[in-house]
Amino acid sequence: MAKLSYAQAIRQVIEQEMQRDERVFVMGEDVEKLGGVFGTTRDLYKEFGVDRIRNTPISESAIVGAALGAACAGMRPVAELMYWDFAFVAADQIFNQMAKTRYVFGGNAKIPMVLRSQQGTGRGNAATHSQSLESIFMHIPGLKVACPSTPAEAAGLLRTAIRDDNPVCFFEHKALYITKGEVPDDPEFSIPFGKADIKREGTDVTIVANLLYVSRALEAAEELAREGISAEVIDPRTLVPFDYDTVAESVKKTGRLVVVHEAHQNNGWGAQVASQVGQMVFPYLDAAPVHLGAKACPLPFNPALEAAVIPSIKEIVDVCKAAMYR
Amino acid sequence: MIDKKTGLWIYNKMNEIRDFEETAWTLFTENKLRGSVHLYTGEEAVAAAVCAQLTDEDLISSTHRGHGHCIAKGAELDRALAELMGKATGYCKGRSGSMHIADFTKGNLGANAIVGGGIPIATGGGLALKMQGKPNVSVAFFGDGASNQGTFHESINLAAVWKLPVIYVCENNQFGMTVPVWQSTSVKNISDRGAAYGIPGVTVDGNDAVAVYEAFARAKKRALNGEGPTLIEAKTYRWRGHWTGDPEPYRTREEVEDWREHRDPIKLFRAYLVQHRITTKKELDEIEKAAADKMAAAVDFALNSPEPDPAHVLDDVFYEG
Repeated sequence: MAKLSYAQAIRQVIEQEMQRDERVFVMGEDVEKLGGVFGTTRDLYKEFGVDRIRNTPISESAIVGAALGAACAGMRPVAELMYWDFAFVAADQIFNQMAKTRYVFGGNAKIPMVLRSQQGTGRGNAATHSQSLESIFMHIPGLKVACPSTPAEAAGLLRTAIRDDNPVCFFEHKALYITKGEVPDDPEFSIPFGKADIKREGTDVTIVANLLYVSRALEAAEELAREGISAEVIDPRTLVPFDYDTVAESVKKTGRLVVVHEAHQNNGWGAQVASQVGQMVFPYLDAAPVHLGAKACPLPFNPALEAAVIPSIKEIVDVCKAAMYR
Repeated sequence: MIDKKTGLWIYNKMNEIRDFEETAWTLFTENKLRGSVHLYTGEEAVAAAVCAQLTDEDLISSTHRGHGHCIAKGAELDRALAELMGKATGYCKGRSGSMHIADFTKGNLGANAIVGGGIPIATGGGLALKMQGKPNVSVAFFGDGASNQGTFHESINLAAVWKLPVIYVCENNQFGMTVPVWQSTSVKNISDRGAAYGIPGVTVDGNDAVAVYEAFARAKKRALNGEGPTLIEAKTYRWRGHWTGDPEPYRTREEVEDWREHRDPIKLFRAYLVQHRITTKKELDEIEKAAADKMAAAVDFALNSPEPDPAHVLDDVFYEG
């Protein structure tokens, strides 16, 4: 066990997996000497050389497509986009190619690749560098979607992603990179996909949140506790596959479901979870499931404006209280 | 000069492709085929002369007009036709139809229904070959239309910077769907674009199997020497419309007839093989007959194959192993 930042945890797993399997390599913008904008591949080129830590041109379609081709031909690429927002530049290669290759080829292909990037608010990056886009990736069948909220989960989920024979979109949050936590240094430590984690137990309301909003949901739960409301907080950890059962079991106990995410409210993944879990546990519900996401507005630069678009802790508290009819 | 074994291989593949495409056309007109079917008739020399120089360890990516590449890279006519008919015995279990035939065991990374979509994939195949230290090459087949997609430019630049063993084979069949090349493309020869990425670009007569063969041989040698990619433009012409229902308002019947009559790649290659005494007319007739017989058996196989079971429609979205 060592205390590592979220960025260091990711770096450690990439290093360990590259030591373990020579088919694993990294390609992306500025991954070599800079080690990526957030240091997730820092100095790895010194250990593995520039053949396996590959700086690419600023060509997102070629990055994703070449990683896909390499995966088809027996490698296990870990490709990095600098921001998830840039996925739109490579949209065909992600949504039409990477996601569909196995299925359209009649199941005769394995696509062992990871596409990593970071997203979200908190660094004043404005409308085209701050979005939370995971809902879009959930919508297209064929992509696994992981979103770690702690350093240990970043490590455990990334190892599972690299060893998976399917394309995995790995969503990191830029505001989490400097957060620290205990991370097992065991090079076999992994967290299975499709297994949610109950971050806090409670009896009155279930809050489901991902990425940065796990810590915000926990803060909201603290505040609710001061008002005598006991909130259970669940981090699904992977959105595809999604652990509906753990959420449903929780809601059977609490009778109330609130899903909160930084992704936009409109057609956000919270709507899917609220709908699905609502149908699974309808007889147990004491209130309509609700979901809360960013307002339907591009993300602005000014910190006060940005904060006004994404859900605040007060808003999370308020929707939970409303579910309690308080 | 092409040796006898290679010459007969190319001639056989050209005939198999021709028979396959014209049979698909007939089946379509008889309502036995549906969907988007883009035929390669008239362009056979390119796929056959390139794939004659590839083994199962070499890679290709193909296009929406991909039957020819897939057959030349080892796809069986029966399973390919079954896929066009959406049958369970097809290469993709009937899920994909005409535009997604793939067979990784033969080094075929797949036909691709998005224009330019396969170019980065073949590039990545070349990256894998280089990292694995294999003595093989990867070939991206694409059309003139794809040379105006970003993936073309991004991929060639990447392959040039990394000196990947990739050969970019542009089949310039004169039209991007209905738009003539002069109206869509800034250069007279698409091969001129190689200069932009510091790689050789060559234009050859795509209806001349020997010219394609020789240009590809040079490109392959260069790739295997670690000198990086080459862009080959094979100028050719598609006999059929862009798709099976194309009303073809953009060209005259006379123009098509002229290509069929005077520039048929199969007739031209047959004449070459006979004139150079590489083989005899009799031997070539036998190849034609064998290809036709194989095609007839493929039609029988495809027509009599079972439909896929909808109970399995959700299989294979993910690898579950």
